[in-house]
Amino acid sequence: MLTVNNINVYYGNIHAIKGISFDVNDGEIVTLIGANGAGKSTILKTISGLLRARTGDILFEGQDIHATAPHKIVGLGLAHVPEGRRVFARMTVEENLEMGAFTQPTGSVDDSLANVYERFPRLKERRRQVAGTLSGGEQQMLAMGRALMSRPKLLMLDEPSMGLAPILVQQIFNIILELHEHGTTILLVEQNARMALSIATRGYVLETGNIVLQGTGQELLESPAVKKAYLGG
Amino acid sequence: MKQQQLRIPMPVRYLINAALFAAFLLVGNLLVEGRVISSYYAKVIVLIGINIILTVSLNVATGYLGQLPLGHAGFMAVGAYASAIFLTHTSIPIGIAFPMGIALGGIVAGIVGILIGIPALRLKGDYLAIITLGFGEIIRVILLNIDSVLGFKLTYGAASLKNIPKETSFFSTYLCVGIVCFLIHAMMKSRHGRAILSVRENEIAAESCGINLTYYKTLGFTASAFFAGVAGALYASYLGILNPSGFGFMKSIEILVMVVLGGMGSMLGSVVSATVLTAVPEMLRAFSDYRMIVYSLLLIVVMIFKPSGLLGQYDFSLSRTLESIFRRKPTRHPADAANAEGGEA
Repeated sequence: MLTVNNINVYYGNIHAIKGISFDVNDGEIVTLIGANGAGKSTILKTISGLLRARTGDILFEGQDIHATAPHKIVGLGLAHVPEGRRVFARMTVEENLEMGAFTQPTGSVDDSLANVYERFPRLKERRRQVAGTLSGGEQQMLAMGRALMSRPKLLMLDEPSMGLAPILVQQIFNIILELHEHGTTILLVEQNARMALSIATRGYVLETGNIVLQGTGQELLESPAVKKAYLGG
Repeated sequence: MKQQQLRIPMPVRYLINAALFAAFLLVGNLLVEGRVISSYYAKVIVLIGINIILTVSLNVATGYLGQLPLGHAGFMAVGAYASAIFLTHTSIPIGIAFPMGIALGGIVAGIVGILIGIPALRLKGDYLAIITLGFGEIIRVILLNIDSVLGFKLTYGAASLKNIPKETSFFSTYLCVGIVCFLIHAMMKSRHGRAILSVRENEIAAESCGINLTYYKTLGFTASAFFAGVAGALYASYLGILNPSGFGFMKSIEILVMVVLGGMGSMLGSVVSATVLTAVPEMLRAFSDYRMIVYSLLLIVVMIFKPSGLLGQYDFSLSRTLESIFRRKPTRHPADAANAEGGEA
């Protein structure tokens, strides 16, 4: 579904992503794990077009998107939930969700809304509340719900567990699994390596712009190197 | 226990508003034409109308789009000169030429807005403020010196462009006020308006929703410039004489003060504060030298006690007010109460 082929991304002179290649197949949950500064978020931003790779290609369903404008990439069925729960703080929950359907035909919005509310009953309860007054977990749900409004084939999640209480992290991961069961392919970037690997079909371990390890979620969970570096022994 | 809520249907809402506005225009016009209002006050009232257009137009770029342009007087100048040059050269009867001049002022200012907006909007915050300030000054300097470059008289530079037909009346000004406010309101209610608001709220989130940032920023900025051009055209035919020095940096700041004082993102706030800040210096003429001190103190006091502006983000909707009056019990949904703070019309 998604093939990233040897991309190099720079911030000015800093070589942030050094020739990374990976792919995501239809129906998988693929996770990218790694420490701060490894380049995980940079990869997602490059895929969704917010950043540009200097060299390399990105293919989404066979179509080269490495030079496509970000607003068009959303229309192709690739949704990005950016890091840090970026909701439209002064709009209501429902207005936020409607913005997520911006690229969709108007007739489909009610269907998508019903679908998101079914997935996130909490958002339905708070649909008329201003998004800035939601709790952190609810804002994360809203950001995910908003991305789902574009009916993505591939959903990219950037650190959905960041800054959330453990019980909420569990809840968010349950939702990710549920979305996956309903047929959404997921590319997940996480610092919480244990959680991410435990739900992932496959995973890649990043260190300073390179992929150092890859394997199925289970293999990586049991790998001594991953255990030592990311899982605390 | 869903209670039956009274909803006034959309066409009726528009009719009520249009009827009230027409009544306001006609009564006001009668009062002015019948000399019930002295010609001095009539002039102040027209100036208030022009300032309302300037303020609501800048509010599009600052309040709704969330940018901080400091060159609004430049767009006003472009509109003023475009219309004035057209009116002083055309042989079309003035009754037809004047509305054409207003439209032309808006269009030329809008085009300049696109040309400036595309490069300027790549920058944010204080950088955008400085670059638009620069563009505003460039416009003023061009108007001042273009004649010697062209080799013939076009703007008359520092000598002033004179003999512009003084066509701006109470009626024409407030008709424009009504049209401009309606157009901005309609734009902000549409999906394009939502997109503009989402750019203000969070650019990254907006982009990840599939909103074309460059397009919507340029759209908001251009609309803002267009309406400033309309105000400029009215201003040209209000004064009858134009000099580039009237469109300096201080004029841009003056408009920005009106927007901030009224509350960024509130159209009613813009209207109220443009009215107050135009009227107050006139009413304080009795205090002669002290009036600017009183004016400044007023600004400071408002900013201390109401930093979000007089009306914050509140916007008034006549139909909604009527609905709440006729509703038997004013029971408010708890979520509605939470919304009231950040709600729009």
